[in-house]
Amino acid sequence: MKTRYSFGGDEHIFVVMDEEMSLDAFFKSLSMTNAVRAAQIDGVTEICPSNASFQVKFDPDKIAPDDMLAELKTLETAAESAERRMNTRIIEVPVFYQDPWTHETLMRFRERHQDPNGTDLDYAARINGFDSAAEFITAHHSSPWFVSMVGFVAGLPFLYQLVERARQLEVPKYLRPRTDTPKQTVGYGGCFSCVYSVRGAGGYQMFGITPMTIYDPTQTTSYLRDFLVFFNPGDIVKWKPIDREEYDSILADVESNRYEPLVKEVEFDLTAFNADIDGYNAKLMEALHGV
Amino acid sequence: MAFKVLNPGLFTTVQDLGRPGYFHLGIPISGAMDRFALRAANLLVGNDEGAAALESVFMGPQLEFEVDATVAVTGADMPARVDGEAKPGWTAFKVRAGQVLTFDYLKGGARIYIAISGGVDTPPSLDSRSTYPIGALGGVEGRPLAIGDIVPLGNGVGIKEGRSVPENLRRLPGSPVELRVLPGLYWRLITEEAGRNFFGDEWTVAPEADRMGYRFRGGRPIQFEERKQPFGAGSDPSNIVDGCYPYGSIQVPGGTEPIVLHRDAVSGGGYFTLGAVISADMDLIGQLQPHTPTRFVKVDMKTALTARHDRQSLLGKVRASLS
Repeated sequence: MKTRYSFGGDEHIFVVMDEEMSLDAFFKSLSMTNAVRAAQIDGVTEICPSNASFQVKFDPDKIAPDDMLAELKTLETAAESAERRMNTRIIEVPVFYQDPWTHETLMRFRERHQDPNGTDLDYAARINGFDSAAEFITAHHSSPWFVSMVGFVAGLPFLYQLVERARQLEVPKYLRPRTDTPKQTVGYGGCFSCVYSVRGAGGYQMFGITPMTIYDPTQTTSYLRDFLVFFNPGDIVKWKPIDREEYDSILADVESNRYEPLVKEVEFDLTAFNADIDGYNAKLMEALHGV
Repeated sequence: MAFKVLNPGLFTTVQDLGRPGYFHLGIPISGAMDRFALRAANLLVGNDEGAAALESVFMGPQLEFEVDATVAVTGADMPARVDGEAKPGWTAFKVRAGQVLTFDYLKGGARIYIAISGGVDTPPSLDSRSTYPIGALGGVEGRPLAIGDIVPLGNGVGIKEGRSVPENLRRLPGSPVELRVLPGLYWRLITEEAGRNFFGDEWTVAPEADRMGYRFRGGRPIQFEERKQPFGAGSDPSNIVDGCYPYGSIQVPGGTEPIVLHRDAVSGGGYFTLGAVISADMDLIGQLQPHTPTRFVKVDMKTALTARHDRQSLLGKVRASLS
């Protein structure tokens, strides 16, 4: 890993921990953003972690850009020796794969796709070496995911699968972005899954939809009363495949403010995870289901 | 204490100085595209500089006042009328209860700021009244104004008519427009020649220009240095592992059309950025119309900070002239 610092105009410093995505790069970025927050540097107004990089926005009238840069470089040494362990939560997110709404949308934007004659899932399955969409779907939900960034638009999580590099799924983005994506679409681009928090433009492949609201500016959804955004960087997610009947039932519960997502507190230790990925994931599942 | 929207114009939103502190969750700062014009308008009517006002792009609204108020319109050149009577820009004027504020066609610039004594008093979300339509936050129900909206106003003293920002302190873009850019971020991914072309070519503002970002076209395509795409980035040479976008940062998807992110920016994504427009020139972008010829001018940090201070001293002069 080689850290690169750069100014983004006169109000930002953008720091790339690594050009490629890895949990090591994410943890280092998260440690550094935690260190920046703890340092309470006067003039810092935004601290944004993102996958394998992070960004700090500052007021150059309060701290000179070169001084801000020097502060960040000082914190890097401490971040390198930081424990690669965090207390977080694991959340079960129901997904209705191959749903009618994303299907209607992907058919509408077919001419912007790599494979105008198929579906996003068929295409993703084929280029990742699976015999069928069903096999791809199984690979997508059988191991948990890690929220490595929240952003793009309000409350949208980017997720990275907790498996070794050889088992990572990779798909390109649409050739040209769509102008429409249903709210709560489960998407895929590069090595990242995402959940579109609001309806709008998007370039990720579309695989399914969750009935769970994850952004609620009215703060009336039962589990979003304290804060309008559901996800935080560091959250662990397990997709749970559901059918139409279950989708309708959960959606009705969400809309009548009685849905409570399955959430458990867990510790995530990157070193222990790297030593035995499948064993570690099995323990995460035990923590989620209380076995 | 309110006004009624008889016609919202094209896209009129409530804006103040924005909601910093939530960009790490994808919620942008929002607020007035042209902050200097917003501050000046508020100062003219005796409000706090950061009070919420209306921002209208290309076309003004028609508003019927339910109370007496002092109003000022700054930013773009779009003459205001009260019950048909012309009112000067950058100048405070009175509107009586029952009177209707309308606007002529746009003559220059892109966005007007309508400050009203007492300020627009819609309920704040996350400590700001700024409208962020994608996230349905702020303003009137998180959306642009619509016909029939009754928009509440705060208690305002209202100040005397006729106070004016001196003409030499008003700001609108010249032609061709020059946007100063500090190269950086993923600048190293493009060839030296592409870097020279970016600053050498003349660009024009594309029709896709809004509060999220301004797109430009007309310059030569960007060429990239050969590299093996890093894991997770995607196959196009303009792709990176999704990362943060600074305000003002310039991305060039596919190497063709640069996009400068503005106040309602997406907080991150998977396209490389080659630098950022300096903070002093962000207001100016908010006043650009489609098809405006534009050049990007390469500057260093020292120039960026000097320009920032010049901008602050300009605002200082406006404050002094109105105090």
